[in-house]
Amino acid sequence: MNETAVSVSTMVEISLDGESVRVPEGSTILDACRREGINTPTLCWAENLTPVNVCRVCVVEVEGSRVLVPSCSRKVEEGMVVATDTERVRTSRRMVYELLASSVEMDRAAPEVQAWIDHYGARPERMGDPAEIATQAQPVKVQDDLYVRDYERCILCYKCVEACGDDAQHTYAIATAGRGFGAHISTEHDVSLPDSACVYCGNCIGVCPTGALAFKTEHDMREAGTWDESRQSVATTVCSFCGVGCNLELHVQDERIVKVTSPADHSVTYGHLCIKGRFGWQHAHA
Amino acid sequence: MPDLYFGATDEATDAERAAVAEAIAGFGPVVVRESERLVHAGRARTVERRQLLLPALHALQRASGWISPGGLDHVCSELEVPPAEAYGVATFYHLFTHEPPRADDTLHVCDDVACRLFGAVDLIDDLRAEGHYVKASPCLGQCERGPAVMVQRTGRDDLTVTAVDGGRVTTAEVAVAIDTATSTPSVTLPQAGSGDLRLLARVGVVDPSSLDDYRAHGGYRALEAALAMGGDRVIAEVTASGLSGRGGAAFPTGVKWRGVADQEGRPRHLVCNADESEPGTFKDRVVMEGDPFSLVEAMTVAGTAIGAEQGWLYIRGEYPVATARLRHAIDEAYAAGLLGGDVAESGIRFDLTLRSGAGAYICGEETALFNSLEGKRGEPRNKPPFPTTHGLFGEPTAINNVETLVNVLPIVQMGGEAYAAEGTERSPGTKLFCLSGRVNRPGTYEVEFGATLRDLMDLAGGLVDGSELRAVMLGGAAGSFVGPEALDMPLTLEDTRVAGASLGSGVVMVFDQHDDLVDTVRRIAEFFRDESCGQCVPCRVGTVRQEEVLVRLGRGSHIDDERDLLDDLATVMRDASICGLGQTASGAIRSAIELGLLDGIAATGGTEGEGSR
Ligand SMILES: Cc1cc2nc3c(=O)[nH]c(=O)nc-3n(C[C@H](O)[C@H](O)[C@H](O)COP(=O)(O)O)c2cc1C
Ligand code: SF4
Ligand code: SF4
Ligand code: SF4
Ligand code: FES
Ligand code: FES
Repeated sequence: MNETAVSVSTMVEISLDGESVRVPEGSTILDACRREGINTPTLCWAENLTPVNVCRVCVVEVEGSRVLVPSCSRKVEEGMVVATDTERVRTSRRMVYELLASSVEMDRAAPEVQAWIDHYGARPERMGDPAEIATQAQPVKVQDDLYVRDYERCILCYKCVEACGDDAQHTYAIATAGRGFGAHISTEHDVSLPDSACVYCGNCIGVCPTGALAFKTEHDMREAGTWDESRQSVATTVCSFCGVGCNLELHVQDERIVKVTSPADHSVTYGHLCIKGRFGWQHAHA
Repeated sequence: MPDLYFGATDEATDAERAAVAEAIAGFGPVVVRESERLVHAGRARTVERRQLLLPALHALQRASGWISPGGLDHVCSELEVPPAEAYGVATFYHLFTHEPPRADDTLHVCDDVACRLFGAVDLIDDLRAEGHYVKASPCLGQCERGPAVMVQRTGRDDLTVTAVDGGRVTTAEVAVAIDTATSTPSVTLPQAGSGDLRLLARVGVVDPSSLDDYRAHGGYRALEAALAMGGDRVIAEVTASGLSGRGGAAFPTGVKWRGVADQEGRPRHLVCNADESEPGTFKDRVVMEGDPFSLVEAMTVAGTAIGAEQGWLYIRGEYPVATARLRHAIDEAYAAGLLGGDVAESGIRFDLTLRSGAGAYICGEETALFNSLEGKRGEPRNKPPFPTTHGLFGEPTAINNVETLVNVLPIVQMGGEAYAAEGTERSPGTKLFCLSGRVNRPGTYEVEFGATLRDLMDLAGGLVDGSELRAVMLGGAAGSFVGPEALDMPLTLEDTRVAGASLGSGVVMVFDQHDDLVDTVRRIAEFFRDESCGQCVPCRVGTVRQEEVLVRLGRGSHIDDERDLLDDLATVMRDASICGLGQTASGAIRSAIELGLLDGIAATGGTEGEGSR
């Protein structure tokens, strides 16, 4: 998950977009890009999760490699020659956005997603008439008062599965089921969340990049048209339910807490919480 | 490991419990001494047990005709696997179903590229009209005698049913096969009796159920020689032979083996890839059905040479006859001391476990196959790291195709140099080809490398009466189409590469002027859409969009209007997909366009109409 301190002295020299740069051994190409200020899109990567390298939006060209390589997981090697903004790279990145946006709703994704779609000039509409092509359109799952699952927004980035499993929660309530275009995130036999192993830690919501998983408060406000991030403030506090010391970020709109997150780089939580920290504030409003 | 939560309200039935117990009892826990997942302290036992998930799911499906919620919970508690994950695994495979069964027998009827030339779509309609429960299936590896049927049965052994000698299987023949619980006998080899055969020499000659007969036909002499030579010599001979992988990627086998053998001190594995699911491919089946002991012997030679104590034979779930014969051969070899703790009194251990796939082409991709064996979803891994250092259970693994492995027997016996003297310089030895389509004698053929496409087609009795050659699908759905101008191309690695084609798995599928190639190409696109594992975006969505374009073309949309989109889809799938499936999913289609096979399509009428979905 988190790179254990590699001996700082070992540096590797690579060529990055024509510049010769030195980066610590064990870094990924993405790490190197960030150090050098090369902005790189990512969707399935997160600093607090093991890379699954499935979305392919971060691909780059590496000399000697027949195909493009995912920068988020490929480690740098001495003498590696990397190009991040070639015609091949731009075409594949644009196509990944076109393919995704033609099959799932992206309008609640983080703002930078839309910025990248514009940047690469992706035109999902050329995939065909939305009424005639296959999409992930489906009813939203509202099974309890805490959170909703709106899988027509799911890009299958596997982040929620990782957060629920080995990378944070170790509850394994959800996994990828089915295959191909029918692959989807599911509980066993698609039972409802209250009937599953879910403990409502909300960690899956915390990592979801497209708004497929959302707090019920947020979902309801968005549906009602009252969700407005420009009117929200974030207050940081330490959770008082137990002595672990998790950092909480309270998102407040109109003097009401509308959701709770934790910073991904926090040394205690790495962005993950439990049901008390994540949802306990609901009692404050009761 | 957390406390697992079991939510199913139904209990497993007694039959399910018994079946699962039997499936997981026979296997002692495989010793996984080193694994990436062992970093999760205390989970070692889980890792060991989880690899029993696939056999346990097979047991459930066979016992009650579906993966029932109660049955799945039972398996999960036995193997300590979270139910959501096990459900994710079970729903990955087409041969597992998740609703109560509609019939005792499910007829998987191939409607893939070869079979649909011979009335597969009508056969599906006819069988349904007679009340059978039918599912259309991708290639069943019986293309030389299609249309093919695989009968999946509750509580009984599965069956393969095809025509016996030419013609098309009738619904009456299918009914009789089911009533009598008999699979159609193995094919007779078109080249039977020819003295030139090497890999196929014993097929149709030796009794596939008899170890004695196998020995009487030269069996187990290679193992004897190999044990006398020692592993390093064996690897040196294989390297000198120039043998390259026959599973599609043509990687030098000796180099792969050396790489694994060099990982001394770490537990190593040998895996035989018998998943054979590339449309048009059936050569491995012919070897496994006709000469199963040769594969067991070859695996033993390979395993002892590279220092692997554990061998795994992963065979596709749609090969009931080959599976039964191999299981029997493995049992016989154990009984004779040719497998186990002291192979042929050499003091060397080599154990061999057979595992069945469950309907997933992608599990033929080597890293997907490892995940499948480990009880996970058959999703390919990103490479590097490569299997030679991080394969099955994260341990060094040599994985080889069936045909690659059986080549090792003659190499050990005649020496690498003598082997390399045959064939061409860059493609030494002999090669198995799978001929199907519009030739007089379809079947598996063995020829020395260097034979041309024309030579092969002549060997197969030439084109059927009235046929003119239109195109040949070379190397499978992941390969490409070539036209009549390629007839004099030698079918070697080097010549096909120069021509921008590939031998792939040895598929030579012949189409004539009457065949509806738009329909064929659309079926190929459908195949990739259905078989994508769904992990990465370029392939998961790209194969869908590609198929949609081909459906539109079939309905009269013009190729020029779709070309930009097809090109971009091809580019992103080839450049940015994780594995070979996505990387090759557009190859055959592009070659068909380049050959003009899709031109003027709005005018052509299908011979079969659209396949049922
Ligand atoms: C989608 C896909 C399917 C594959 N299916 C098979 C297969 O059924 N049998 C096989 O031997 N190799 C198959 N391969 C190739 C394997 O990944 C691997 O290269 C091969 O087993 C190595 O053995 P070899 O060196 O003896 O050829 C497949 C590859 C891909 C990408
Ligand atoms: S809320 Fe927590 S336990 Fe429930 S699915 Fe999400 S990550 Fe898993
Ligand atoms: S629900 Fe969200 S986090 Fe989970 S796979 Fe879909 S997009 Fe990713
Ligand atoms: S290319 Fe296709 S089959 Fe391969 S990993 Fe990606 S989605 Fe799966
Ligand atoms: S961010 Fe690298 S593949 Fe998704
Ligand atoms: S068995 Fe039908 S196409 Fe191969």
